[in-house]
Amino acid sequence: MEAESRTFADAEVNRSLTPEDKIRFLRDMYRIRRFEQTALKAYNAGKMGGFLHLYTGQEAVAVATLSLLGPHDHIVTAYRDHGHALAVGMGMNECMAEFFGKATGCSKGKGGSMHLFAVEKRYWGGHGIVAGQTPLGLGIAYALKYKGIPGCCLCFLGDGAVNQGVYHESLNLASLFSLPVIYIIENNGYSMGTSLARSSAFRQLLAQRAEGYNICWDQASGENIYEVRAKTQAAMERAREESRPTVLEIATYRYYGHSVADANARKYRTPEEIEHYKTYHDPLLLWQKRLVDEGLLTGEQAEAIDLGARAEADAAMKFADESPFPTEADICADVYSEVDEPAGDAPRGTHFFN
Amino acid sequence: MPLITYRKALNDALAEEITRDENVVILGEEVAEYNGAYKVTEGLLARFGPKRIVDTPISEAGFVGMAVGASMLGLRPVVELMFWSFAFVAFDQIVNNAGCVRYMSGGQIRCPLVIRGPANGGTNVGATHSHTPENFLANVPGLKVVAPATAYDAKGLLKAAIRDNDPVMFMENTLLYGEKWEVPEEEYIIPLGVADVKREGSAVSLIAHGRAVLTCLQAADILQAEHGISAEVVDLRSIRPLDEETLLRSVRKTHRAVLVEENKPFCGVDAQIAALLQEKAFDDLDAPIQRLSALDAPAIYSPPLEKIQLPTAPRVVQKALAIC
Repeated sequence: MEAESRTFADAEVNRSLTPEDKIRFLRDMYRIRRFEQTALKAYNAGKMGGFLHLYTGQEAVAVATLSLLGPHDHIVTAYRDHGHALAVGMGMNECMAEFFGKATGCSKGKGGSMHLFAVEKRYWGGHGIVAGQTPLGLGIAYALKYKGIPGCCLCFLGDGAVNQGVYHESLNLASLFSLPVIYIIENNGYSMGTSLARSSAFRQLLAQRAEGYNICWDQASGENIYEVRAKTQAAMERAREESRPTVLEIATYRYYGHSVADANARKYRTPEEIEHYKTYHDPLLLWQKRLVDEGLLTGEQAEAIDLGARAEADAAMKFADESPFPTEADICADVYSEVDEPAGDAPRGTHFFN
Repeated sequence: MPLITYRKALNDALAEEITRDENVVILGEEVAEYNGAYKVTEGLLARFGPKRIVDTPISEAGFVGMAVGASMLGLRPVVELMFWSFAFVAFDQIVNNAGCVRYMSGGQIRCPLVIRGPANGGTNVGATHSHTPENFLANVPGLKVVAPATAYDAKGLLKAAIRDNDPVMFMENTLLYGEKWEVPEEEYIIPLGVADVKREGSAVSLIAHGRAVLTCLQAADILQAEHGISAEVVDLRSIRPLDEETLLRSVRKTHRAVLVEENKPFCGVDAQIAALLQEKAFDDLDAPIQRLSALDAPAIYSPPLEKIQLPTAPRVVQKALAIC
């Protein structure tokens, strides 16, 4: 294990990392974790409605994979999207304000926590229907190939999404059309309250199903940033250079329920299981320890990073709290592009039937 | 002016837009090498090659969703559904992704996408292949829905739909593909949201969309010839956006309305039109609004019965006579 871990650290994509890069990964993980803890506090204080699908425990997956994004690469994900949003560089303010349903949110309060978007960062959401985003990632890859742009699309999904028909249709089309899309299965072991064993039929790995579609696949441990980066990089090179898809399964774990509204969060798994992960497999603490061991960071410096993340999250909560809600007139804006930004003639006919 | 078929008008519109805009790509089952299940895309592969005309497997949720994703990045996919009945297996992609992604992103995303194909009964293919989902789709804010009744309208509306920056659901009719109309050779566009008075009249407004417009034109002939009643025929053309002004102008002139559609009656398009007329033209109406839709059962297979399940000209006449 140690030897293998060493190998991943020695992969070219990791050897080129500067100490600053490595510390940034830690900071990004702290930012995601503290942002979500603050969001949970706000949720419990009644500051937001609906669901809140916390990513806590999975942070290394988003931080490691998205650290590899180049200027032509795109991402799309499901509803557990907070980590990916911050990892692509979205601000805590616009995300927290979106949770609060405020006009200053990234989607002007129209999407909520499951639907974060930052198109200028090539982050195409944040999608609420399980596996509904899988053909969107395919389409983004299709457009890249069509336009001759040397990029790829990372499309994230959970282990609960792999049994939806549209995911399989997407795999078939990805291989058939030879598209530069990478499906990253973040396998946290539970599709809502149903364990992997009770929801999916498979031999060894979910990603292995890709073989049936003649798609390369791989697996990685979500607690090892070096491994995730090395394997994601290989998939991205395959996409960019050969225009071939990959399915990459990353083993990970979530500490909280499916969403904060998961009434059975403590019933379908034991507290001991959760404690075990927190103690031995926490990706943030493991990375911090590694950086300390590598002599790149002291404990005091790590604490300062943590405090910085907490302060940033507190400021985001204040920003969201103090921001205005959208107005009633905003309800019917951003529905039709033709109405929002008429090109030439004024839009004809009635678009809204209020 | 040359007479061309509805099918050829669509084919010409596709060819012109593929030529005009390099981002237009045709996707669907059998659209390329087979030349189209209904030959709407005939000859396009030979003219434009496999990058622009793309055969897909039978996988509607997959390729419709793929087209939504591609449109977000600026392509203008025109997706053919062999039948609009097959849209139900892609409904999540159409409603949640094409219909909602702009809104949920706070207006960051545009989906310049067209989904087109036949949406009609009357061809002896049973209930599963005879659906008319224009009412379902027009119920989704974010989607646009059009249903051309003639070759002229089909061409002009399809060109407008392809240039539109919002997702447009384009409903054709297999029974019209072989019918001919006059279509000018020079380029023209018919904007969405503009209805068309297909026949001027003074005593009653027959309001319809799609093939029901032609049924109404026949009924108007009968009303004039046999009953001396002057009927006006108004073609919605575009269901959402809807040209309310043209409808209201007609009803304010004739004071009577018969709404005809091949859709089913419950929450059909005409339920919306009826609500509109009673709200905005109540004082102009001299009689209750009449509705004639497909008879309210799944599409029957039996050929002679299927013909009478859809609105017929004599039944339109009966509805008109009831209020004239």
